Amino acid sequence: MRKVMTGNYASAYGAKAARAEVIPAYPITPQTSIVEKLAEFVSTGELRAKFVPVESEHSAMAACVSASILGARTYTATSSHGLALMHEVLMWASGARLPVVMTNVSRAMAPPWSVWADHMDSVAERDTGWMQFFCESNQEVLDTIIMAYKVCESRGIMLPAMIIEDAFILSHTSEPVDVPDQDAVDSFLPSYDPEMKLEVGKPMGFGSLVRPDQYMEFRYKSMLAMREARDRILSVETEFKQVFGRSYGGLLDEYMCDDAEVALVAAGSVAGTARTVVDRLRAKGMRVGLARIRAFRPFPFQEFRSLASKVSGIAVLDRSYTHGAAGAFFTEIQGALYDVPKRPAMKNYIAGLGGRDITPDVIERIFEDILVRCERGSDPEPEWIDVVGLPRRQS
Amino acid sequence: MIEVRFHGRGGQGVVVASEILANAAFNMGFEVASFPFFGVERRGAPVTAFTRIDTSPIRIRSSIYEPDYVVVLDSSLLKGVDVLEGLKRGGTVFINYPDGRRLPSLPGGFKYFTLDATSIAAAHGIGSKVTPIVNTAIMGGFSRICDDVSLEAMLESILGKAPVKKEENVAAAREAYERTREVSI
Repeated sequence: MRKVMTGNYASAYGAKAARAEVIPAYPITPQTSIVEKLAEFVSTGELRAKFVPVESEHSAMAACVSASILGARTYTATSSHGLALMHEVLMWASGARLPVVMTNVSRAMAPPWSVWADHMDSVAERDTGWMQFFCESNQEVLDTIIMAYKVCESRGIMLPAMIIEDAFILSHTSEPVDVPDQDAVDSFLPSYDPEMKLEVGKPMGFGSLVRPDQYMEFRYKSMLAMREARDRILSVETEFKQVFGRSYGGLLDEYMCDDAEVALVAAGSVAGTARTVVDRLRAKGMRVGLARIRAFRPFPFQEFRSLASKVSGIAVLDRSYTHGAAGAFFTEIQGALYDVPKRPAMKNYIAGLGGRDITPDVIERIFEDILVRCERGSDPEPEWIDVVGLPRRQS
Repeated sequence: MIEVRFHGRGGQGVVVASEILANAAFNMGFEVASFPFFGVERRGAPVTAFTRIDTSPIRIRSSIYEPDYVVVLDSSLLKGVDVLEGLKRGGTVFINYPDGRRLPSLPGGFKYFTLDATSIAAAHGIGSKVTPIVNTAIMGGFSRICDDVSLEAMLESILGKAPVKKEENVAAAREAYERTREVSI
C-alpha cells in the first residue's frame, strides 16, 4: 500500500517487513523516529521482536552481535557520533560474519556541531567490512533493507550491511512510499537460517584467538565473500524487481550515461536533484549523465571502468572530505581507472558538507566546469563549492 | 509543480501542517514531498517547513527558494523574518491574523489572505488557551485558497494526522474554510 512517510518511517517499515527479531537501539538526532516507530510496532504487537533499549550505540551493536550469533535477524539504526562510537563493534560484526542490517542516517561529524546531512560518518566506516548502500529516496531505503537481509544472509556471504539515508533530506522528508505486501516479502525473504549458531546444549566458541598462521585465511575468506556480494546484490535486485516491480541500478546506477560526454558521480539524495539537472541540460542539447554510487562497499570497480569507456569527463561530488587526501569517492574512482586504455578527465567537487543545500545551480556549474576540463585535462585539486569568506585556491 | 513554504514557531504544528497538506494532495492523486528546515528548534523559536505538489514524481531534493504560496502561522514573525523572501510575483500569502486588526504595511504584487486561526483553534479547545495549536485551522483555510486541494481531502488528511481531538480539529478546519478571506493591501 502506498502512503506518505518519512525516510525514518521507511526504515522502520523496512525492518518490520523484513521481520527483524531483535532490535537493540539508542536514539540520536536525526535517527530517533526510526527507533520510536519500531518501539511502537513492538509494543502494539505489529512486529514480534525483542526491542532492547540500551545505554549507548556501542552496546546497541554489541547486542546485535550477540543476538545474531544466536541466530536472530537483527536490526538497529544510528547516526554520526553514534556510528563512530560503534566503530569497534562494527569490526566485530563483520569479522564474525554476522548479517546485521543497520540504517545510518548520515550526518556531519563534530565539532563544529551539526545535525545535518554529510557523508563523513559513513565514509569513515568504509573499512569495517560492512556493505554500504547509499539511498536516493524513501522507497529505496525501505526496499534496500529487505534486499540487504537477503544478500547478507546468503550462506556464501554472511556480512553486515549499512543502509545510508541522508539526514533530514530523507530522514524527515515525507513522500509516497509503497509498503510491500507482507506475504510477498515473506516469500522473497525467508526466515534467517544460519549454518552455525550458538545454542544451549551445543557449546561453541565465537571470536576466539587465532594465531598468525590462521588469521590471514579468515580475512581472505571475508574478501572472497565481499567479492561474491557484488553478483549477489545484482541477482537479489533482479529477483526483487520481478516480485515488486522496482529496481535501483545495481552497484552504480547510471542515468543517461550511454551517449554522455561527461558524467557526474554522486551518492545519496543529491542524485534526485542531479537527475532534474541532467534532464534540463539534455533539453538544451548538452550530453551529460549521472552515475549514482549505490554501493560504496563492495566498490563498483568494473562499473566505473565501463563508465570510463563511455565518457570523456567524470565529475565526482563528495559530501565528505578525507583530510590530507581528497574526497573518498574521488580517490577510489581514480584508483579504479589508473590502467584503463582511455582515461577520462577527472575533477573532485566537495559540496553539501554539514547539510549545506546542493541546489540545481551548483550541479549545473559542476557540469559546465567538467565539460571545460575535457579539453584542459584533469584538475588534481579538489574544488570546494561556494566556500565563503576564505581565500580561494588559484587554479 | 506547486511549492509552499510555512513559517511558524516551535509548538504550533508547523511541520505537521506541511505534512497535512502533503497527505491531502496525495489523497487527491498528486505526488508530494514535505520537509522541515529542521534544526534544533525549541518551543517558540521560528520554524520553517515546505511542501511540494506535482503531477509527476518529485525528484528534486534541494530546498524551496521561490515558493508559490507562503503560509504564516504566527503573525509576530512578520517582524524579524522576511516571510516574503523569494515569493513568486503574483504569489499568495496566507497569514494567521486576528480579526478586526489591520495588517501592517506589506508590499504589493501578491495576494493576501487572512484567518483568525488562533481564535478558532482556541474555541475548539485545540492546544491550550494560551498556546493553541493552529495548524489544522490554517490548513482548512488553505484549502479555500488553493484550487488544487479540496476541503474534503484536507479534512481526511487532518483526521489521519491529528493524534487526539480528531473531531475538534476537523470542525476547526471547516470553520476556518468559511472564515478565510482575501484582504487588500
